[in-house]
Amino acid sequence: MGLFEETMESIKSLPIRDFLTQAINFGMIVVSALMIYRSLMIITGSESPVVVVLSGSMEPGFARGDILLLHMNKDRIRAGDIVVFKVNRREIPIVHRVIQVHERRDTGVVDVLTKGDNNPGDDRPFYAHRQLWLQQNHIVGRAVGFVPYLGWATILLNENPVIKYILIGTLGCVIIFTKD
Amino acid sequence: MHSFGYRANAVLTFAVTILAVICTIASISDNFNSASPTAEVQVSNINWFQKQPNGDDVVGLTLNISADLQSLFTWNTKQVFVFLAAEYETQQNSLNQVSLWDGIIPAKEHAKFVIQTTNKYHFTDQGSNLRGKEFNLTLHWHVMPKTGKMSADKIVMTGYRLPDRYR
Repeated sequence: MGLFEETMESIKSLPIRDFLTQAINFGMIVVSALMIYRSLMIITGSESPVVVVLSGSMEPGFARGDILLLHMNKDRIRAGDIVVFKVNRREIPIVHRVIQVHERRDTGVVDVLTKGDNNPGDDRPFYAHRQLWLQQNHIVGRAVGFVPYLGWATILLNENPVIKYILIGTLGCVIIFTKD
Repeated sequence: MHSFGYRANAVLTFAVTILAVICTIASISDNFNSASPTAEVQVSNINWFQKQPNGDDVVGLTLNISADLQSLFTWNTKQVFVFLAAEYETQQNSLNQVSLWDGIIPAKEHAKFVIQTTNKYHFTDQGSNLRGKEFNLTLHWHVMPKTGKMSADKIVMTGYRLPDRYR
């Protein structure tokens, strides 16, 4: 008998109530994870309350795989803040430090220039073509806290999709087929 | 009931919980450190002062910076990022902050320093407002912890003034 038929057999042989209990348990895990993330979004006011550092441009402060906790409040952005920003043509957010701030007297619009602590020059080459400054709408959040190494798992999973599918598959099977 | 999986899971969960608690305590312990850093900055020379082709003023200076930031370091401090910014108001802008120099202090032993340096980044205005402009020099520091909450503070030094003419 092939692996597929064996699997189907074992699903059929499970009593229906056990199967439902497992399904609900599984659903609970997924939903609570989602709830925690959404609550964090509300508390911090940032659309992505947690980011993983993907490059070494802020070494030695932040290394690849470290996790930053973001916060987005009404405080104006000031020089020295570590901000996470997205530039139009780039999907991946960048975590860098603000080195220049110009705040308009009449409109309150803030022009910001950023730089990675470990980079030789400022970030203008990363910005959109002819863009000289970042404004408030480019900024996703401000880093307030720091947890080392915790983000390595996501980097591994994102860079090796195979591991991701194997892991998700195994976890799914374990949750569905273990009886407790 | 007491399968290998269960035991492994229990051990792992316990280990991670303890680690999280220790990290939290380490971060909280930073609050008991009362820091009293000192700093002094002199502008020893204005090396050049021009208007760029795009109309913005730009200045090159030589700075004497002496600071003692040793009291910022605790056992949970990974590094202190320190930078000196020129801060001033103009007709158009209620605040301009331009970082002139920065440095990373990796350990307490290096936190007391005296250096003479030219500005690492251009002192560029948004426009042409720097002739005869009075400005503050602010030494900011940003304490990066080994884990937990980051903190920042500054010392403002007043009474600096740029020359009335380009040179």
